[in-house]
Amino acid sequence: MGALHEATAWELNRMLRRREVSAAEILRSVRGRIEEVEERVRSYITLTPEEAERAAQETDAALAGGGDPGSAAGIPMAVKDVLCTRGIPTTCGSRILENYLPVYDATVVQRLRREGLTMAGKANMDEFAMGSSTENSAFGPTRNPWDLERVPGGSSGGSAAAVAAGEAIWALGSDTGGSIRQPASFCGLVGLKPTYGLVSRYGLVAFASSLDQVGPITRDVRDCALLLSLIAGHDPRDSTSLRVEVPDYLEAMQGKIRGMRVGVPRELVQEGLTPGVRECVERSLSLFQELGAEVEETTLPHLDYALSAYYIIAPAEASSNLARYDGVRYGLRVEGEDMLEMYGRTRAEGFGDEVKRRIMLGTYALSAGYYEAYYGQAQKVRTLILGDFRRAFERYDVLVSPTSPTPAFRLGERVEDPLSMYLSDVCTIPVNLAGIPAISIPCGLEDGLPVGLQIMGKVLDEATLLRVARAMEEAIGFRERPVAGRGVG
Amino acid sequence: MITDKDVEYVAWLARLELTPEEKKRFTRQLGQVLEHAEKIKSLDTAEVEPTSHVVPLSNVMREDVVEPGLTQEEALSNAPRREGGYFAVPRIV
Repeated sequence: MGALHEATAWELNRMLRRREVSAAEILRSVRGRIEEVEERVRSYITLTPEEAERAAQETDAALAGGGDPGSAAGIPMAVKDVLCTRGIPTTCGSRILENYLPVYDATVVQRLRREGLTMAGKANMDEFAMGSSTENSAFGPTRNPWDLERVPGGSSGGSAAAVAAGEAIWALGSDTGGSIRQPASFCGLVGLKPTYGLVSRYGLVAFASSLDQVGPITRDVRDCALLLSLIAGHDPRDSTSLRVEVPDYLEAMQGKIRGMRVGVPRELVQEGLTPGVRECVERSLSLFQELGAEVEETTLPHLDYALSAYYIIAPAEASSNLARYDGVRYGLRVEGEDMLEMYGRTRAEGFGDEVKRRIMLGTYALSAGYYEAYYGQAQKVRTLILGDFRRAFERYDVLVSPTSPTPAFRLGERVEDPLSMYLSDVCTIPVNLAGIPAISIPCGLEDGLPVGLQIMGKVLDEATLLRVARAMEEAIGFRERPVAGRGVG
Repeated sequence: MITDKDVEYVAWLARLELTPEEKKRFTRQLGQVLEHAEKIKSLDTAEVEPTSHVVPLSNVMREDVVEPGLTQEEALSNAPRREGGYFAVPRIV
């Protein structure tokens, strides 16, 4: 193993418990790395050094006293700035929340605090999680540690870049249409979007409430299983939270995948893939077969309509959710002659371009005369997509596709062309519409840039998903790190 | 196809003040996205029920008992303007 900031959470966890390292030493290593690279990568909106220092001290004190400081203790984490943290700025990447100080913790944050959360900072993101490159942040873009001229993906780009650059060991992201999986893919990491309802959304600033989920971004599948087990479970404060027993994911992750049935939806491997992505995915499919799984091409015909349906449904929900930013109870206010003028000015100055576009798109799709043709029809298409997945999972244990059709693109390349930006999520979006879980693991490089493999599972079957991901991770043997010179390595 | 009049109307509904430049740009960009979204209209969905939510839940209730919530001070702590325990707003009419 190299420097402490390059280790996985489970390795550090074990070392802490064996007293081979202290939480203070781990934090010093990560802090040193932040000092070294943050100016160039810009993973964070807010750094929380005092908070991290205090947590590290508590961890070392608990260990010295023979106690258990918890599974997240002493392991610096980047928390996406979409999650409310009591007394710590939570901006959502937006001017409108620039000075917002939550008076409560999100449930996932609260749960992690009980496990000794050592928060390094609040990670950068596309404003209100709307975007696929982190260029839509009001606080400037994050850069990809593999190549500083390229985007880290989005919207959880700060979370992914922090972990890839060694500025955190692991991270929390949120995923509405691919916002955990696509940046994990672009940064050579593991990212999981849980089943809708498995992880509480309480304290997650809402984008599209029927699609949003919080999930882990980590360096390997084991860390992913560990972090998921810490955040999953029913929460009475989120009425869409499922009342289910959370399995032991670390245990469930073990085991072989011989005899498993793997479907490859034709619709997700058609045009638009770069040659490198196609090659990496094909190699992964051969590895599935070498491990004794049965691989078969299949068809989910309505996935061809998923992107269109998503770009009605998500903006519609967003336009409603973001109506709360009115300059009255919290956030920015720009004064006006009367109430209406204040609303209009506050929202004009507070929101960036992409957020305005989506609010207008959603408002249009919900407005009188267009509702049935757009929103109503999109909801019916959602039913058809759910049906496709249900039928596919009668025959297959998991479905596999690339996570994104291309590796990380260049900064500025797509920012003026919303549709080309949206296409970057064409493989991840169907998963959110169906509410199923999916994970992205690194499966190779194209011209020195990481490529992600997406594995999709049945509702609440994260156990199988993690087992498949674990077996494939071992078979793929992805060991590459960001390259010095081009990136920040 | 979406016109600049539509964009103006929608921006008003959404309480967004737009500059003339924004109006022009958003008309073009929203047009492109809506053109792509038109694709869903080609599907026959006469017999299909809509899905608003994937979780089969309705009316999640809890016992009607008083539980601790935010204090008045906490609820007002992020207000841009406050007055005597209230959120202060400009005149409405």
